[in-house]
Amino acid sequence: MSDNVDRSKRRLLLAATTAAGGVAAAGVATPFVMSFLPSERAKAAGAPVEVDISGIAPGTMKVVEWQGKPVWIVRRSKEMLDLLPKHDAELTDPSASVPQQPDYCNNANRSIKPEVFVVIGICTHLGCSPSFRPDVAPADLGANWGGGWFCPCHGSRFDLAARVYKGSPAPTNLIIPPHQYLSDNVLLIGDDKKKGAA
Amino acid sequence: MKLLKNLLGWIDERFPLIETWKLHLSEYYAPKNFNFWYFFGGLAILVLVIQILSGIFLTMSYKPDALFAFASVEYIMRDVQSGWLIRYIHSTGASMFFIVIYLHIFRGLLYGSYRKPRELLWIIGVVIYLALMAEAFMGYLLPWGQMSFWGAQVIVNLFSSVPFIGPDLSVLIRGDFVVSDATLNRFFALHVIAVPLVLAGLVFVHLIALHAVGSNNPDGIEIKKKKDANGIPLDGIPFFPYMVVKDVMAAVAFLIVFCAVVFFAPDIGGYFLEDNNFVPANPMKTPEHIAPVWYFTPYYAILRAVPPLFGSQFPGVIAMGVGSVAILFLPWLDRGAVKSIRYRGPIFKAFLAAFVVSFVGLGWLGLLPATPTYTLISRVLSVVYFAFFILMPWYTKIDKCKPEPDRVTFK
Repeated sequence: MSDNVDRSKRRLLLAATTAAGGVAAAGVATPFVMSFLPSERAKAAGAPVEVDISGIAPGTMKVVEWQGKPVWIVRRSKEMLDLLPKHDAELTDPSASVPQQPDYCNNANRSIKPEVFVVIGICTHLGCSPSFRPDVAPADLGANWGGGWFCPCHGSRFDLAARVYKGSPAPTNLIIPPHQYLSDNVLLIGDDKKKGAA
Repeated sequence: MKLLKNLLGWIDERFPLIETWKLHLSEYYAPKNFNFWYFFGGLAILVLVIQILSGIFLTMSYKPDALFAFASVEYIMRDVQSGWLIRYIHSTGASMFFIVIYLHIFRGLLYGSYRKPRELLWIIGVVIYLALMAEAFMGYLLPWGQMSFWGAQVIVNLFSSVPFIGPDLSVLIRGDFVVSDATLNRFFALHVIAVPLVLAGLVFVHLIALHAVGSNNPDGIEIKKKKDANGIPLDGIPFFPYMVVKDVMAAVAFLIVFCAVVFFAPDIGGYFLEDNNFVPANPMKTPEHIAPVWYFTPYYAILRAVPPLFGSQFPGVIAMGVGSVAILFLPWLDRGAVKSIRYRGPIFKAFLAAFVVSFVGLGWLGLLPATPTYTLISRVLSVVYFAFFILMPWYTKIDKCKPEPDRVTFK
């Protein structure tokens, strides 16, 4: 054993070994982290859904599942549509400036056809599914309530175009999924570029 | 007898058995003035053992699959011999774990157990508490009831409010775009293997750190400062047999309460097992009122108390996160001249009382639906909660403390 230790060479070797080991560790960790991401099957489950909307009476709602989430389809009555623009001042984002909807729904009613409203029924706050409250001026929601949704988890309120009221914990309006009409009474939810659409 | 002695000798030449026994039990000196509050550390270990044992048996009949999970829990409850008992032991154990841990932490606040030289011991303890919360949260998803599902949905969505990486982060946690079978399956793996291993390791380290610095005591003075000629603390008594006997007595009393809950009121009117969780998970419909299990509600109330700022829920999530790790910083926030509440002045006592009221009050409010009045009270209590920590360097310094005694008080 010699006392002539080349310390700088040792330090270099130590640094090189640590660096190489670190890269190897990161490489080994990659497949494990990847396995945490959605599987191919989970991704495929996001396929578009066709819905027959002929059975939805005015003023009522139908719930369908798309990508594991509830999608609401409401046929709004004439009275409901008349009430919509009347409470703009109470809303956080009445003109829907935050892009929570496809361009073709960026209008006063947030829909393709004014009476048929399609929206993902997941609160933008923490992901609960709000309850449908079409009744006008019920005791618990106040005299100004013109129908909409109320989230039981944290009290967010939305109007019948799923626009959020001021003072709600939800920061933005509910999200409108891509959708299109395949015929007058058949909706395709999850895809708006399918050919041969009405 | 001679055979046993030979065997011990044989082992001792190969493993430090006698040495370990002496170091940690028969010659580990604990302060002789321990009181009621010193039962809960030992009880926490007892509950950990209960949870691991009952959990092992539950995994033998449980199926971590979104299609079968709810039914397999019902199968355990109705068809597996004594299955109902094992499940109620496990569900009661979860809540009892938090009761014991909260009292254990409160003991630390009372007697300044986090102060020098026990800072690292305290930090390890806080990490154990965080791991315990993760363990409880993931375990709660497994029965796949309505509360399991929507509770997990809300908590995982907390992560999606993190700026920039949030949405991707929550997908990574769930393994899907919504809480689904993939989420259930991975939470099962984490709940039965990963987190328990971490917990066991941390508890071991917690005990090693404790035995290195020695236990604090209700007087908050160091017994190691006064030693006899043999280097044994004058106010210390060997852990074995004296403290072991004390802990056995505590365990008996605790198990009586534990069994009373298991046999007579396993759901405690919806607080230990929530009513809505007896309904299978339905991703299309949120129950009318959802609330986490009682042990998370103080932080949940803080989350709800913070209004969205700049169109983001993130500030509330930050407040909730900071609220749950705030005790980590106590060793450096506390500038008091003494450790124990016995010699503290009135200001600290008032702040500690207000803190306890805010914690219990927030816990209560977190169980209730959010109304404007309750939200207002939650905001006031949240301010009190954080004031306890933020103002601590100031009020502990100006507080008039009484002089500490030379030796521990012992009648």
